[in-house]
Amino acid sequence: MQDDNDRVELLRQMLLSRYFDEKVNDLYAEGKVHGTAHFYVGQESVAVGAIAALKEGDVITSTHRGHGHAVAFGLDVDRMAAELLGQATGYCHGKGGSMHIADVGAGMLGANGIVGGSMGIACGAAWAFKRRGQDHAALCFFGEGATNEGIFHETLNLAAIWKLPVIFVCENNQYGMSMSVKKATAIENISDRAPAYGMPGVTVAGSDLDEVYKATLEALERARAGEGPTLLEAITYRYLGHSKSDANLYRTREEIQTWRKRDPIQRFATVLEGEGVLEEEGWSKLDEEARERIEEAFEKASREPDPEPASALEDVYA
Amino acid sequence: MPREITYREAVREAMIGAMRENEEVFLMGEDVGVYGGAFGVSRGMVEEFGEDRVVDTPISEAGYVGLCTGAALMGMRPIAEIQFSDFITHCMDQLVNQAAKIRYMFGGEGTVPMVVRTPGGAGTGAAAQHSQSLEAWFVHVPGLKVVMPSTPYDAKGLLLSAIDDPNTVLFYEHKLLYNRKGDVPEESYRVPIGEARVSREGGDVTVVTAGLMHHYVLEAAQALADGGIEAEVVDLRTLSPMDDAAVRRSVEKTGKLVVVEEDVKTAGWGAEVVSRIVEGESFYALDRAPARVAGADVPIPYNRDLEAHVRPTPEKVIDAVRSLLDARAGVYA
Repeated sequence: MQDDNDRVELLRQMLLSRYFDEKVNDLYAEGKVHGTAHFYVGQESVAVGAIAALKEGDVITSTHRGHGHAVAFGLDVDRMAAELLGQATGYCHGKGGSMHIADVGAGMLGANGIVGGSMGIACGAAWAFKRRGQDHAALCFFGEGATNEGIFHETLNLAAIWKLPVIFVCENNQYGMSMSVKKATAIENISDRAPAYGMPGVTVAGSDLDEVYKATLEALERARAGEGPTLLEAITYRYLGHSKSDANLYRTREEIQTWRKRDPIQRFATVLEGEGVLEEEGWSKLDEEARERIEEAFEKASREPDPEPASALEDVYA
Repeated sequence: MPREITYREAVREAMIGAMRENEEVFLMGEDVGVYGGAFGVSRGMVEEFGEDRVVDTPISEAGYVGLCTGAALMGMRPIAEIQFSDFITHCMDQLVNQAAKIRYMFGGEGTVPMVVRTPGGAGTGAAAQHSQSLEAWFVHVPGLKVVMPSTPYDAKGLLLSAIDDPNTVLFYEHKLLYNRKGDVPEESYRVPIGEARVSREGGDVTVVTAGLMHHYVLEAAQALADGGIEAEVVDLRTLSPMDDAAVRRSVEKTGKLVVVEEDVKTAGWGAEVVSRIVEGESFYALDRAPARVAGADVPIPYNRDLEAHVRPTPEKVIDAVRSLLDARAGVYA
């Protein structure tokens, strides 16, 4: 279980994640970043809550909306910022950008630009743990949009028949780009699909970090006990557009405001205040430090070197 | 000690050898267990290695190739079998967007040492969805290697190299090669990926080929020799990375190039062979326009005669070589 320091750390991770994405959003607006990015703002409690339940040696796979997963997994925001700016010192030395941040050695098996693209990889990691007799698990993040891809069906079935230690964490943020989940599926909850594969399905309020944490922990216990996978759905919401070019034509301002009122960071901060873990002063300090940490990361990244042009031809083959 | 075994047995022997040497090697695919694989390649293996290492999968090519990709990223050495190479369409995302690019996208961190074995090719009356030669698709994807051995010796040696290789390797077998026999040493050995082999020397024309077509070309070369034409045969063995240096050496000797490939002609890998020769210095060594003998640009038809009509044959190779030699030098008709 988490002690007080751990809980403050979780709040700090959520703040870092939020400020990281808000900063990137600003940089796009200013035309200072190349390419595109997908923002995790509003969903922070899912990544942070779920990843907090992991043990050393467990792995995660991420998505195109992956900055929050990376921060929660403990990746260095300096190297993340450098990657966003395409610098040689970024996680991918400027070759991956927002959608491919990874730290394979640490167990962060990569963000992924393809919807559902990392589901097979997560199962493979779980397969390796099982074959090697290791007590580890893979946490596979994906959006509800991925659940209508064929790979969702195939991997959930494989994980179930082979009882792989993998947790399928569906971040149901209500929209696959502009397609509402209500229009995209004819079921109430994504987790309703779990029984069809013979695995437990759980739906939690994604904005409640503790609920996400507990459900993930339970799923991990089953996985480590050899009982196989779980489909864990976290109901959440992205405040910002799908990507930087989204004009939000498919949803109303009111809807966005309603969700903003259930903000996961505010919610968890209130919980910590109630527990006496966080004083008003502590909160402002934490908030300010997180903001500064991100500013510092991007400031530092802006001074890092560009990759050598010739490096574009390297690393195709090992 | 070399002894004669079939191509099928050679592939199996490589897998068994690799699995005995390394616990991390496993075979996964549809009906590879007690059934022994649709073409019997893995027959007997599940009995030795058990169901955890010779793994029958549901019909889920994307799912299990994706899983093998992840297991490879974790350092295991998966061999995925795709029952017919046509079914590879099901796992294109896993191969093209994931396995091929992970290392590069991640800035050089991580490797996907996976082998995808699959039988391609026509000639079995299996019609359009079970007869294709789609290997050129993967030649077009940086990050993948593509191997297409023609003999049992090369099949064993190249498969062992493919399993050792830190990259993802597409390993193309051919249904009509499985029963072909050849000398294969019992011991473990490697044939390097990316090295072509001159399987017949000759000074009149260079014929470049791979896979089953290599045997058609050898047959044609023998017939041509009976008529006084000495063809030099280059078996590429690996399509990517392509050993164009070997082709160049031969073309500089013969001045004439014919490529024989089973896949459809348009944007086939033969076009790449020709391009690499004509865009370099060796262009000036050519004294005839190069020619390609390839599959017709149609899906593979069912009827035996129709199927034979659209595929390369030894006769078509002979004709192509003769017309190339008949053409007046410097007139590219």
